[in-house]
Amino acid sequence: MAGVKEKYLQKLISQRLCNSTDPLVGFLDADLQWNRESDKTEILSQVVNSLGVSAIIYSIPREPYKSMIKYLASYEEKDFLKPEDTETRTFLHDIPIAQNLNVGELTQKLKKRKGLVLKDGSVIAQGAIGVEQAFVTFSSICFSLFVKFMCDFYYHRKNLMKMEGEVEEIAKKAIKCYEDHLLPFDKMPQSPYPFEKEDDAIAAIIEAGSLTVESGLVDSFFGNISCLFENTIYISQTGSSLDELEGYIDPCPIDNSKTNAITASSEFSTHRAIYLKKKFNAILHGHPKFSVIYSMLCDKINCPNRGKCHISCSDRRFMKDVPIVTGEVGRGKNTLLQTVPEYISGRGVIVFGHGVFTAGGSGFYEIFRNLLEIEKEALWAYKDLVF
Amino acid sequence: MPHSNKSYGWTGKILLIDLCTQKYEVIRPEENIYKSFLGGRGLCSYYMREIKNLMPSEIPLLFFPGALTGTKIPFAVKTIISSISPLTKTFFTSAVGGFFGWHLKKAGWDGIIITGKSQNQIGLTVKDENVSFFDCNDLKNKKASDIFHKLKPEGSAAITSIAADNGVAFSNIIIDKYFFAGRGGLGLVMANKGLKAIEVYGSCDIAVHDSENLSKGIEDSMRLVSASPSLMGELGFTEFGTSALYDLIFSRNIMPAKNFASRSFPDAEHLNAWNFKNKYPWEKTGCPNCPILCKRISSEGLLPEYNSMAHFSSLIDNRDIDIVMEANRLCNETGMDTISAASAIACYRELKDKDHSIDIIQLLKEIAFASGEGKLLIKGSSEFSKKLSSPESSMNVKGLDLPAFDPRGAYGFSLAYATSTRGGCYLQAYPLSHEILRKPIATDRFSFEGKARITKLNEDMNAAMDSLGLCRFSVNAFGLEECAKLLNAVTGEDFTAGDLMNCGERIFYNERIINYTLGFDSKDDDLPERFFESENAINRDDFLKARANYYLIRGLSPEGKPLETKTRELKLKWLE
Repeated sequence: MAGVKEKYLQKLISQRLCNSTDPLVGFLDADLQWNRESDKTEILSQVVNSLGVSAIIYSIPREPYKSMIKYLASYEEKDFLKPEDTETRTFLHDIPIAQNLNVGELTQKLKKRKGLVLKDGSVIAQGAIGVEQAFVTFSSICFSLFVKFMCDFYYHRKNLMKMEGEVEEIAKKAIKCYEDHLLPFDKMPQSPYPFEKEDDAIAAIIEAGSLTVESGLVDSFFGNISCLFENTIYISQTGSSLDELEGYIDPCPIDNSKTNAITASSEFSTHRAIYLKKKFNAILHGHPKFSVIYSMLCDKINCPNRGKCHISCSDRRFMKDVPIVTGEVGRGKNTLLQTVPEYISGRGVIVFGHGVFTAGGSGFYEIFRNLLEIEKEALWAYKDLVF
Repeated sequence: MPHSNKSYGWTGKILLIDLCTQKYEVIRPEENIYKSFLGGRGLCSYYMREIKNLMPSEIPLLFFPGALTGTKIPFAVKTIISSISPLTKTFFTSAVGGFFGWHLKKAGWDGIIITGKSQNQIGLTVKDENVSFFDCNDLKNKKASDIFHKLKPEGSAAITSIAADNGVAFSNIIIDKYFFAGRGGLGLVMANKGLKAIEVYGSCDIAVHDSENLSKGIEDSMRLVSASPSLMGELGFTEFGTSALYDLIFSRNIMPAKNFASRSFPDAEHLNAWNFKNKYPWEKTGCPNCPILCKRISSEGLLPEYNSMAHFSSLIDNRDIDIVMEANRLCNETGMDTISAASAIACYRELKDKDHSIDIIQLLKEIAFASGEGKLLIKGSSEFSKKLSSPESSMNVKGLDLPAFDPRGAYGFSLAYATSTRGGCYLQAYPLSHEILRKPIATDRFSFEGKARITKLNEDMNAAMDSLGLCRFSVNAFGLEECAKLLNAVTGEDFTAGDLMNCGERIFYNERIINYTLGFDSKDDDLPERFFESENAINRDDFLKARANYYLIRGLSPEGKPLETKTRELKLKWLE
């Protein structure tokens, strides 16, 4: 299990969530082991023991997350932050704020939630059954608070809310950090299309998934990917990492005559509905930050649907030519199964507070390019709105 | 109209019935008992120890709905039925759906404890505050559907059927026709008490402390349920019930074949959920307020769930879909546990019917009526194989036949089977969630690394969930974080996820203490030799190391015995 600890330490670094010397990763099997020595491990060990969990990650995140989280935690009057993106609404609920590294306070707050932030901008995430769980929570907190900061900053610039202090500098620095990685990225999927055999389809999925993470469009767990080949949908498994898909792709007959897709992505139904409704053969879904942020910006402060925009917004909204639609994750009432297959066309569709779906009929090159372009355009559109 | 007592969620009363005298008392537990043991499975273990301390020879039968059962919370439907199992001889709990717990809570009771024995076959009626008895002598050897037809319960009913009447050690208690308290032979415990049926009807609402927060908590939980592919996906349990697992488990090379001698069953694709759906067009049914409705019913009866499908096909090497359907129907009507019934047949075929000449359906009937060759199998595969001096042919742990997950294909199942307080059962540690269904995260199914702690934590979490009355499927979507919010909204208490985890640890350890007093320790926390000796075997040293880690993490001695320090730390009573 030391391997798992090291693996997620490296992911924290490679996905630009933390600087290499900062994270403390603790894993408890029979004994509690840390990735390095620190004067903080004694306190964190007591927290782990009190919680009875398997893993904990503590770190100051890398910029721009550090400044954004520190700012949000410092100015928030309540003892928790409540971003309104899908990630928070579905999995985190809210994000507690702790004053400092105090065993009692940390334990009390982590008994209620999967992770928290401290006033100094650091993040603590726990994993009940493993380091991977703590990593996903750490990554989700960084993502959600990036989105919240940028949304708040928009409303600040529109004089719809008041943010004090060095907020503009933080926003500019965050955008620059993001641009510096995303804009120069010029790798594109090279897998041949059309696919001749099953292995070609699977190899193309693995390549496109990996590029989606490498480009900085998404962190590894935020998205799913599929293609249709000879009446079988090949789709990433639920909870799989887009940059580690080898062995984690489920073949699912499109007529549902086998039920293997029970472990496929929670968006399998949406993927299948798209294939049945439109002449596409590949779908890429990710949660790129500025597409998510842009989808959540709305000046109708007194709208009766405020707070329920993700399911109740009645406006027809677009980011350029790309529709912005409503819908919760999964199946059932008010889910994106009812909206995405209906509205996806052209370059793709943005789901409110959630992410982007792109779909096409000629493999992954086109749809990866579209995802990249939509995100860049959302970033530029955001900049036009706030600067 | 809510109950008039001061408690929210809990009713504050337990019914203690003595079948010898047909009299009853009301127990009013102290508040700290509820806070420590929650309800359902927790209260079962608490009262089992209390009763065994007072009356060592008594084998009580307990019915306890969970702390949240009876509310409008989806998945909060379970009743835990508990006793000492005639099959495993362990403390045994069985979680069952249907309306029984709902009505019991609405009648004003947090549980029923049944002691003593009636000389005649009787039935018990609990209608709100009123308790009465009725004659059931005419129900002996009647099939389940006929008994329900005759009873026509106003609310809900729990009955036993033919298998229990004839001493089958793996006979079920059947609730509302389609819900089975199975595995451990609790039907035989009920039959041995002369109790044929319990009818219960409740007319009051469960008092809820904070309705607004309850609705919010339900909304948060349902968002996670909708996002769970195994529950709400179009190939998940909501569409196919647990039969959705058949293709997956087979494709992962985990489905046992030929009494666990193999994992190869070439006909699997002809007996999957899709084929059952086409052959037996079905409608969905299930528990009250359930968003999944996992049961499937056709004109020919209830469709088999995953374990029954796999065991009545692959395990017994049967390729006929109609035989699977009929075997399942027969078990349901006669009240036999499908896993143990199929395992008995698989063991019989291995030892006495190598050319597969025996009629499976006929043999099942003979087991239910304890006649012919079936009489050899009524005590289960374990006793049968011992009589034939071939104990290695019974694939069980602590006498409980193994379900349709071969631990050689997912190592978490080996620890789950070995450490479960029920015997060979995966539902307490539920490795299915992380090793197969990838929730809350995926773990490496071919590794023991970290599994000791995961097993212990999941056992604790699920002990808490069982005590709240939540269906096991709920853990494929949400966890104790969401449960604490729901429990607090209902009761007005201030539980955290960590508090519930502590309760779960206490409850599991209490069960471990009961089993220790019944003679169980590390010699029993083991797997059949077949798993360590065959192709792709589990490395025995790795297994034993993981088990030793588990004992350390669980706070047991190296021999698997409870420790006084840990017992007192968990605020449990040490052994007298």
